[in-house]
Amino acid sequence: MADIYYTKEHEWISVDGEVGTVGITKHAAEQLGDIVFVELPEVGAQLEQGGEAGVVESVKAASDMYAPVSGEVVEVNEELEGEPGKVNEDPEGAGWFFKVKLSNPDELNELMDKAAYEAFVASEA
Amino acid sequence: MAAAGNDNLKKTPLFALHERLGARMVPFAGYAMPVQFDGIIAEHQHTRESASLFDVSHMGQASIIGPDWQTVAAAMERLNPAALLKLKPGHMRYGFLLNDEGGIIDDLMVTRPPHEDGRLMVVFNASRKEVDAEALKAVLPEGVELFMHEDRALLALQGPKAEAALARHCPEAAELYFMEAMPAEIAGIDVFLSRSGYTGEDGFEISVPAERAEELAELLLNEPEVKPAGLGARDTLRLEAGLCLYGNDIDETTSPVEAALTWAIGKRRREAGDFSGAERILKELEQGPARKRVGFAIQGRAPARAGAEVLSETGEVIGQVTSGGFGPTVGAPIAMGYVQTEYAEKGTPVTLRAGRREMAASVASPTFVKPGYKRRPKGG
Repeated sequence: MADIYYTKEHEWISVDGEVGTVGITKHAAEQLGDIVFVELPEVGAQLEQGGEAGVVESVKAASDMYAPVSGEVVEVNEELEGEPGKVNEDPEGAGWFFKVKLSNPDELNELMDKAAYEAFVASEA
Repeated sequence: MAAAGNDNLKKTPLFALHERLGARMVPFAGYAMPVQFDGIIAEHQHTRESASLFDVSHMGQASIIGPDWQTVAAAMERLNPAALLKLKPGHMRYGFLLNDEGGIIDDLMVTRPPHEDGRLMVVFNASRKEVDAEALKAVLPEGVELFMHEDRALLALQGPKAEAALARHCPEAAELYFMEAMPAEIAGIDVFLSRSGYTGEDGFEISVPAERAEELAELLLNEPEVKPAGLGARDTLRLEAGLCLYGNDIDETTSPVEAALTWAIGKRRREAGDFSGAERILKELEQGPARKRVGFAIQGRAPARAGAEVLSETGEVIGQVTSGGFGPTVGAPIAMGYVQTEYAEKGTPVTLRAGRREMAASVASPTFVKPGYKRRPKGG
């Protein structure tokens, strides 16, 4: 069973071995509303924790998406190109953004678990 | 869900209803307004296919009152280049208040009510109420006064099924055509009704006393065709219809000629040049403006937003996007903005640049979706 971590910028990363799958949280997707475009990083791109990793555009506005950890992008969810609405339908499943090969797994210690993230969202409201 | 920190915002008479309906509230022009209920795309589509109810009570409803129509219309014509003197009772006309330099202080709808000869009704944009009132008061002659109707709400029922839903409670609504207005009664509530809107669809705008607004809104929302819609859908609907948003697409620096709104300047008015800013406007009408408002059809799926630069094929900056986003009915990103006039020809290839992202686009008509207005048949 993979471990799931959350960031204060409302991304999630599900880590299985040395590869993490990244997306935006259900809360983030709800806040953004109808998502009409997702700009993903390129396979092979080197991401830095907290650095820009993509852009999510809803009907109303564009939001940057940040890398929850450092590492190399090994796969992107190409289905989002034609069906960005998948992010709204299933943000923490079929609406994943990309997979990253972690270069420094210790960075996961700086992220939140589900309970801590839920408390964080509640504190922001 | 209610947004936090809305305490110092003004509330419309429908605020409690929005909260009950689960609207997401946002600050807009000093008001707490619903940006969405079910979701912007769903509300947009519902408006195009059926009918939606919008709360636009934040807008400034006002009347200019004087001895007769000639007097109040002449006063308005000092700032507004629309032909108003010959506007028929029960009709409305789109126009603007212009500053001395021909820039647009506000765009607005002027109505000549059928029942009261000395009254001119006007609706200001929410963010421009005070500015408009000040500009108008400065030119009103003695015996003519401006009144703000703070005690009234404004609802917009928009969509192809708006007439069917409204006529069940107000049969005479069906006798009204696009850009016509009259006092009416809806289920015992006295309203002032006009066949107009800001969505590109057929529909009505209903001015109602604030204390009856919620009752009226609930009555209309109970009709099977009608759902609530927020400012988010209002924006995507008006963008597809090519309608300007004050503050984005027009402002005190843009002239109606640049904004491709020349049609709203009356023929007699052009000949007489008897309105503020006429010097610049007549010159632009004769020689063409330096820049012009156009639409942009964008390739791919990435939207271009207000502020994006417009580049020519040779990479020169030739203009700017003033409104842009995803057009749910078009099914693609759309935008409008200004380009230097030599690039305003439809089909001209351009690049829209926002930060590091570049989007291939071409100049298009800003009217992306054909309007569904119900116009009075010729001779009718």
